Amino acid sequence: MAGVCTRVTRNLNMEKLRNGYLFPEIAMRELEHMKKYPNAKVISLGIGDTTEPIPDIVTSSMANHARRLSTVEGYRGYGAEQGNKALRKAIAETLYGDLPIKDTEIFVSDGSQCDISRLQLLLGSNVTIAVQDPTFPAYIDSSVIIGQTGDFQDETGKYQNIKYMPCRPQNNFFPDLTTTATTDVIFICSPNNPTGHAASRKQLEQLVEFARANRSIIIFDSAYAAYVTDESPRSIFEIPGAREVAIEISSFSKFAGFTGVRLGWTVVPDELLFSNGFPVIKDYNRIVCTCFNGASSIAQAGGLACLSSDGLMAVQSVVDYYKENAKILGDTFTSLGLDVYGGINAPYAWVHFPGMKSWDVFTELLEKTHIITVPGCGFGPGGEEHIRVSAFGHRECILEASRRLKSLLS
Amino acid sequence: MYSLMSSPSISSSSSSFLGQTHFDSRNPNACLPTKDSWICKCVATPSTETTAHTTKVSRNANMAKLQAGYLFPEIARRRSAHMLKYPDAQVISLGIGDTTEPIPEVITSGMAKKAHALSTLEGYSGYGAEQGEKQLRAAIASTFYGDLSIEESDIFVSDGAKSDISRLQVMFGSNVTMAVQDPSYPAYVDLSVILGQTGQFQKDVEKYGNIEYMKCNPENGFFPDLSTVSRTDIIFFCSPYNPTGNAATREQLTRLVQFAKDNGSILVYDSGYAMYISDDSPRSIFEIPGAKEVAIEVSSFSKYAGFTGVRLGWTVVPKELLYSDGFPVAKDFNRIECTTFNAASNISQASGLACLSPEGLEAMHKLVGFYKENTNIIMETFTSLGFSVYGGKNAPYVWVHFPGQSSWDVFSEILEKTHVVTTPGSGFGPAGDGFIRVCAFSHRGNVLEACKRFKRLYK
Repeated sequence: MAGVCTRVTRNLNMEKLRNGYLFPEIAMRELEHMKKYPNAKVISLGIGDTTEPIPDIVTSSMANHARRLSTVEGYRGYGAEQGNKALRKAIAETLYGDLPIKDTEIFVSDGSQCDISRLQLLLGSNVTIAVQDPTFPAYIDSSVIIGQTGDFQDETGKYQNIKYMPCRPQNNFFPDLTTTATTDVIFICSPNNPTGHAASRKQLEQLVEFARANRSIIIFDSAYAAYVTDESPRSIFEIPGAREVAIEISSFSKFAGFTGVRLGWTVVPDELLFSNGFPVIKDYNRIVCTCFNGASSIAQAGGLACLSSDGLMAVQSVVDYYKENAKILGDTFTSLGLDVYGGINAPYAWVHFPGMKSWDVFTELLEKTHIITVPGCGFGPGGEEHIRVSAFGHRECILEASRRLKSLLS
Repeated sequence: MYSLMSSPSISSSSSSFLGQTHFDSRNPNACLPTKDSWICKCVATPSTETTAHTTKVSRNANMAKLQAGYLFPEIARRRSAHMLKYPDAQVISLGIGDTTEPIPEVITSGMAKKAHALSTLEGYSGYGAEQGEKQLRAAIASTFYGDLSIEESDIFVSDGAKSDISRLQVMFGSNVTMAVQDPSYPAYVDLSVILGQTGQFQKDVEKYGNIEYMKCNPENGFFPDLSTVSRTDIIFFCSPYNPTGNAATREQLTRLVQFAKDNGSILVYDSGYAMYISDDSPRSIFEIPGAKEVAIEVSSFSKYAGFTGVRLGWTVVPKELLYSDGFPVAKDFNRIECTTFNAASNISQASGLACLSPEGLEAMHKLVGFYKENTNIIMETFTSLGFSVYGGKNAPYVWVHFPGQSSWDVFSEILEKTHVVTTPGSGFGPAGDGFIRVCAFSHRGNVLEACKRFKRLYK
């Protein structure tokens, strides 16, 4: 469009970004497909978006809070930027139980995607990061935006200056730390999005030891902790020594169906120090007070309800519903002779299509079964030849999807 | 297990990070802060405790530049300290601009309805569009920008102005220069520091290096003398003006838009108090011809609907706004929204829609009217006491002049002698010194009582 340009130079970091963010891309493809096949019943196992209603006990608490905002006694204005005290306490006591996490170390937020960005603001442009490969794209994209990376290299599919730690079946989906170069910050997601792998206690002990020895900071994303079925740790702070090297981010999104409601939290332990001894928590608090104005009070009321004993039972049963979905999908792919990973401790199945490009598999599945998935390379070059199938959907959709996959692939 | 934090220095509503605050020195290898920085001056002392583990990650130098904590948590901290000191005093808060009146039922019933709907199959919704619900975007466009040809697709719904300004700064990056009004809402400056756009704080002038401070005082009618302002990439401008309370005139804004155009600058226009305007001052920068090619507008439901805790706002980025290479700013802002944000809460958005129904709009106007009446009472009080009083007509803030006095001293004296919390003008920038901001967000009874106390103190 012809127009008058300002003389403001576009942020070079924005220029470095490749294409759109992954999930809006997927959403766009879904829309295009629906236009092409207006009568097709498209089943979305792509974007990890929760589908089941939030339990009444939680929503009525939010509705009550909303109604109270119309009363003199119940009205509340600005909340503490760090979050409602009762909620911070409830998170500490209910979700961290006997781990020594204090309520003052918990920062309530409007979700992990925002928290990741605020953590990057905290860290600034002069830190180096390592990510798993494949990985949830926000760690990389936020790193590019804040100026920690070099350019994207088409040949490798990687940004310069980020260390990519391959996570494959061969290394049990956990980085081989003996070959990992050291960086300031290490992003680890467990249970993992997209591979579905939950790191074992031993793997996390090695990680903490590695971080201690190299004096790095681990940013541990435990958004899927509620999906852990076995003995795998649900928090990095289950590992001794983690308090001095780790930050943990988490979310009510996949735990309570709060993808639209928006609620999460970050734990920054008091003992975590920058190289000059300055506590990271002090700077994070400053960031939160300056860049943010608290999560919505209604969402926080909902969060508190989730953490009551009845609330926990209710949201856990929805989690169990999605876990059953994951099992159904996993079994379907396995029965078709495909190698399937994940699905046990996470709502994602990670399916291997040897020798095939993941966008091609994505397209073929979409074209022939009207099922949306996510191509593995969207999560990094290490995701090539894989497809992520998410288990969020109504049971009948999951069953229908299974039927269609069986027809196509058997 | 010992903790490095000896006391809850981060209380739920405070951020007591004055430069001189020290953390727990029980740690024998504590780094003792020098007066204004956190450079480690390690003190070796014999100890039986193990050495604290430090990571090798350098503290972000931009964070180290910040002076003290963000202003409003500091005010909150002083208020809490005062209440501890005088447990029986009835402390009245006219400091932080926090709304106090209940949200009209027509609006909260929209919230409650959405909450209940999330428990139903038909009503459940997950992730929303990062730019906001289509209906709400359309309602904002038609309600506030009706005949200004701002479209729904130019509107980005958010969780409030502070977050939006933060995201705008992230989008602009560290290599832009910025100008702010002096005094101004502290988030513009603090975020600029955090993003690395500024130099160090210069104590003698109380300004950060590399920021252009545009002085606004009674002499220039609280509008900058643009002939003395150097070119910067970004210009932050708030009107109605927080903290001084005046609204820029059409003529002034026309000059401002021309200034931005001539300099190829981007104007970030904060119109969060537009509904408080009593006269015919512009309510949106887009009322000024040519503004779409130079301006972004940020606004909020906070002060209209009492949504300070509910969290809902919006930013307008016109399609016509282009970087120097022709790239549309809106495209980058959209990318930022999709990557660093995940939409405003769907319940907040539902209530935003209720706000913009005819009944909702009427209810908001009534609420705003209530606070405006508070403002009048406060203005009359200080005027009757012989003070030079500014603002108040078009904003919920009264800007009172205490010539020759340090505003923190005045703040402390008022707090000590009347138990009323205000905000010292210097908290908003050096040109704010000698002024106190009194905000009009309070129950009517509290406003009347506060004014009685002011009269006693200053008659």
